[in-house]
Amino acid sequence: MLKVTENQEVNFSEEMLAQFGEIVSHYPEGREKSALLPIMHLVQKEYGWMSVNAMDKIAEYLNLQSIEVYEVATFYTMFHLSPKGKYVLDICRTGPCCLVGAEKIMEHIEKTLGVKEGEVTEDGLFSWRGVECIAACGFGPVLQIGPEYTFYENLTVEKVDQLIAELRKKEQEK
Amino acid sequence: MSRKLLYEHINVPGIETFEVYRQKGGYRAVEKALSSMSPEDVLEEVKASGLRGRGGAGFPTGMKWSFLAKPEGVPRHLVCNADESEPGTFKDRHLMTFIPHLLIEGMIISSFALGAKDSYIYVRGEMMPQIRILEKAIAEAKEAGFLGENILGKGYDLEIHVSPGAGAYICGEETALLESLEGKRGNPRIKPPFPAVSGLYNRPTVVNNVETISATVPIINDGGEEYAKVGEGRSTGTKLISACGNLKKPGVYEIEMGLSVEEFIYSDEYCGGIARGKQLKAVVAGGSSVPILPANLITTTANGEKRLMTYESLAEGGFETGTMLGSGGFIAFDEDQCIVRNTLNFARFYAHESCGQCSPCREGTFWLDKVLYDIEYGKGSQSDIDLLVNIAHNIEGNTICPLGDAAAWPVASAVRHFREEFEWHISHPEEAQTRNFGVGPYADPLVSTVTE
Repeated sequence: MLKVTENQEVNFSEEMLAQFGEIVSHYPEGREKSALLPIMHLVQKEYGWMSVNAMDKIAEYLNLQSIEVYEVATFYTMFHLSPKGKYVLDICRTGPCCLVGAEKIMEHIEKTLGVKEGEVTEDGLFSWRGVECIAACGFGPVLQIGPEYTFYENLTVEKVDQLIAELRKKEQEK
Repeated sequence: MSRKLLYEHINVPGIETFEVYRQKGGYRAVEKALSSMSPEDVLEEVKASGLRGRGGAGFPTGMKWSFLAKPEGVPRHLVCNADESEPGTFKDRHLMTFIPHLLIEGMIISSFALGAKDSYIYVRGEMMPQIRILEKAIAEAKEAGFLGENILGKGYDLEIHVSPGAGAYICGEETALLESLEGKRGNPRIKPPFPAVSGLYNRPTVVNNVETISATVPIINDGGEEYAKVGEGRSTGTKLISACGNLKKPGVYEIEMGLSVEEFIYSDEYCGGIARGKQLKAVVAGGSSVPILPANLITTTANGEKRLMTYESLAEGGFETGTMLGSGGFIAFDEDQCIVRNTLNFARFYAHESCGQCSPCREGTFWLDKVLYDIEYGKGSQSDIDLLVNIAHNIEGNTICPLGDAAAWPVASAVRHFREEFEWHISHPEEAQTRNFGVGPYADPLVSTVTE
């Protein structure tokens, strides 16, 4: 569901536009719409989420109607339709990971971060959510963190604590 | 030690680089195909190999290729399905991470056979690290003259592009994948027309799984007939099995088809048995959408024959007492696992992933989820069990794409084989919150588990 509660200023840099151009060149002439998903990933990486402004600008760039971008953004779970923490912890919640303790990991993350699924911590650093199978079932429980989507496998409560502490430390050192 | 056709060099340090892959004989198949074979020759070898689609459906690859329409002046495309998202399956991610050039080499051979000049690898969006690995591998192959214009001076041009998805299980269905690749919502298309006639951009298209395309490399190197000698009956060659759940050694294994299920689970060469010395309760043998089987039916068929890791043997007994090889996502459940809870989990998964186009699937998956939720949390009634069977039956076969079937089968099979456990859950709502049903009679080979 697309609900506009916040928006943001969006201006694509020269560098981003060059990347867009490179992506568009992968598809045949007249089929530029194919570049939509990869471009949306780049925009989300830059701005953290898919605001209406961002989607409208993408539509303008690809010569699409805005609705063509909205309908894609609302279909695919990787696009965030509201602001999220800098680090979004996507924890696999599907069968095979649950057989090896994913539910406990999610409970622990909820307790540690002190926010419910989808919410943002006060410092703006973290969000978490349960996602469906991310194809790492043999190494569960797993989570990954965008925008690089690095996998963290064979999770334990201790490993999660360590990961969160490391990310916090990294931010403090900046 | 069984033969490895895809993973022979998987443990060689640096095999992910072009240099090492090439040293180990990589890209020989491309050289062979381009210098001494016609596209038709390649197709004939693939037909002779008996290779079947490794993504789940098991359709003969050579036949799929031969359906490709070849109208004059219309470009054709090969699209690699790397949208691996069937719960329990993680072989494609593994292959792309550790030996990406195998896929690139297979893409070149397959594209040559099909006459495609622009081929795409559609990778699920969550696999950003693998997308970067593939992009690097493509750049290396291009640098070495195996991609681009006039490859190896043989007059064949090919570009391979990597295109990301964005988190939708349905995009693993080939027509939904094509919609997504065109920049749209992943709603499956009505067939016919099949992609072989009207696929990507309405052009003739073949969509193949990562492992299928990779398997063309040993087929061209050794010949289709040699490949067909490996395996058992119509299940030729090797298969990557993703083993997970409560196993001592989960992971990706390349097996020769025809290996017994028992050996796969218990031998130290493969999974090494059940973790923490527990007893096996049930197995989902081919990814979450195939029927779940109790322990006694997974190692032997209802006729008392040894069950093998082949398309045919796993399906022996039909849906009454058999299952499917599917994508090779092998999920083992130990005695501490609750079948009701797991069935709820899978039902929730399919409800979440239904694209919403067809009402039986859109409504039915949510209904299954709701009824199972009530049973799991102590609010179910005995009539709910038959309701589940009824809903599953009404979804099955009534949808555009197989997601409806995929949602119905796990529920129907769980009730078929584990009905007692569902009944116990409902008649002991409070106890079921504190302990699990346990292994029950499911591991006993003398007990029939079909309650219908």
